[in-house]
Amino acid sequence: MIILKRKKWRDNPYLIKIKMAKTRRALTGAQCTAEAMRQINPDVVAAYPITPQTNIMHAFSQFVADGAVNTDLVTVESEHSAMSACVGASAAGARAMTATSANGLALMWEVVYIAASTRLPIVMNVVNRALSAPINIHCDHADSMGCRDSGWIQLYSENGEEAYENTIMGVRIAEHPDVLLPVMVCQDGFITSHCVETAEILDDETVKSFIGEYNAQHPLLDVDNPVTYGPLDLFDYYFEHKRQQVLAMENAKRVIREVFDEFGRITGKHYDFFEGYKLDDAEKVVVCANSSAGTVRVVVDELRGRGEKVGLLKVRVFRPWLNNMIVEKLSRVRAVAVLDRSASFGGFGGPLFTEIRSSFHEEKEKPNIINYVYGLGGRELDLEQVRRVFKELEEVKNGNIGKRVRYLGVRE
Amino acid sequence: MKEGDGHHLHNEEHRQSLKTWKEIPIGGKILEAGSSKKYKTGDWRTFRPVHNPEKCTNCMICWMLCPDSAIRVGGVDDPNKGRKGVSDNPGLGNFGGFDLDYCKGCGICAEECPFKAIEMKEEKEFED
Repeated sequence: MIILKRKKWRDNPYLIKIKMAKTRRALTGAQCTAEAMRQINPDVVAAYPITPQTNIMHAFSQFVADGAVNTDLVTVESEHSAMSACVGASAAGARAMTATSANGLALMWEVVYIAASTRLPIVMNVVNRALSAPINIHCDHADSMGCRDSGWIQLYSENGEEAYENTIMGVRIAEHPDVLLPVMVCQDGFITSHCVETAEILDDETVKSFIGEYNAQHPLLDVDNPVTYGPLDLFDYYFEHKRQQVLAMENAKRVIREVFDEFGRITGKHYDFFEGYKLDDAEKVVVCANSSAGTVRVVVDELRGRGEKVGLLKVRVFRPWLNNMIVEKLSRVRAVAVLDRSASFGGFGGPLFTEIRSSFHEEKEKPNIINYVYGLGGRELDLEQVRRVFKELEEVKNGNIGKRVRYLGVRE
Repeated sequence: MKEGDGHHLHNEEHRQSLKTWKEIPIGGKILEAGSSKKYKTGDWRTFRPVHNPEKCTNCMICWMLCPDSAIRVGGVDDPNKGRKGVSDNPGLGNFGGFDLDYCKGCGICAEECPFKAIEMKEEKEFED
């Protein structure tokens, strides 16, 4: 804690070191996210309640009521309106944020694309939840994975602390002049959003100076320089605008790396597109996103204790997809199981699997890759299931691949 | 008859004037105010309104109801004076002709005219 008055420690070079303060707090994932939003202090937040996202807005609206933020909180009548309000606010030049889950995201759909195509750096927290029907409020990744081609950057978070960090970094990534794309920060519904863990929270000043001021490029409210947003764009220019979005995603690869490194210097942690755990000499590796990484890590430790060469690769950034890096991380591995918490009906495996498998297509040195669809509708991924995956990978490692796409935890 | 705007892709001159994806503002933004004036929606027209001064009482109902502001008012200092379809010297506040650069030929004026003073004719009947 800083005891000296601000003016003094700013002037004293020896005290710069303690300028940044970290606090370990017991928070749910939703509270972590709300805490990040409080520190970001966006100009506009527009949201509509939906389980399990509601806890984020519950906590954030308390900050608004308490005057802890200057945010204009717009309580809209639907998620379609929530994203529309964010688009309007962002085009006007505001820093805009929202949060949603599952069916709420589905209702936003049309405007989700518009936000990306209009190049508005909105940051949205998606608390991953299964899509109806039958109606289910628990975790899977069908909602955000359905948005993979919408033009949003997607960051995945293992726990509340990562959701907190990704939200803060998301602002910087989205608003970078070479990117200007919206960012989706995902965390697992209930598993992360509603469970209390300790999380390292930075002090307000550090976050404030990290994200900086937002200066919109062509804000609608700049009446001296009138511009048009969202005009009709037919076959003479629409394709050109899409090509620009491709470049923005390409630029995002560099910008994400820079923002990860810069934030890492503050927190002392290393952030990466794909984060390996005990990967160096691993022969069998499980790849997954979000909270399941924690479960897999426990099993990796357990099996390493018995001398098995196993590892984990956690996906933090799904869009943009870093093709070369996944190859670099996994090419020396012998067997890989990709865990997908969403099904792609009629496709050959889940979205993570198809992405990874296609990344290896031209490579000479590559592992045998299989896919497990798991945890749909909040079906628990327990340690026993992960042990089974590593056990089955032994066969795959030896060349007996069997079924490429498997289902984990479903009653056969 | 001229082709619709999108069809200009088949027009070599228009195609040459199109910019690359590196030369245009991102996000579909248009950074120039009032650029819609350059978009001549009259190109869309299939039927052209024709005015009959014998029947017209200058009630200006057509002017009120035209969705594209393509009915000109006479007698004012009109910058479009002398352009195609704009009458030279009608009386103050009177019907001043059609602005065929923007008239899409919807026919609302002809439908709503109480004196049947506007008739819609197929574009192919005209030479210009």
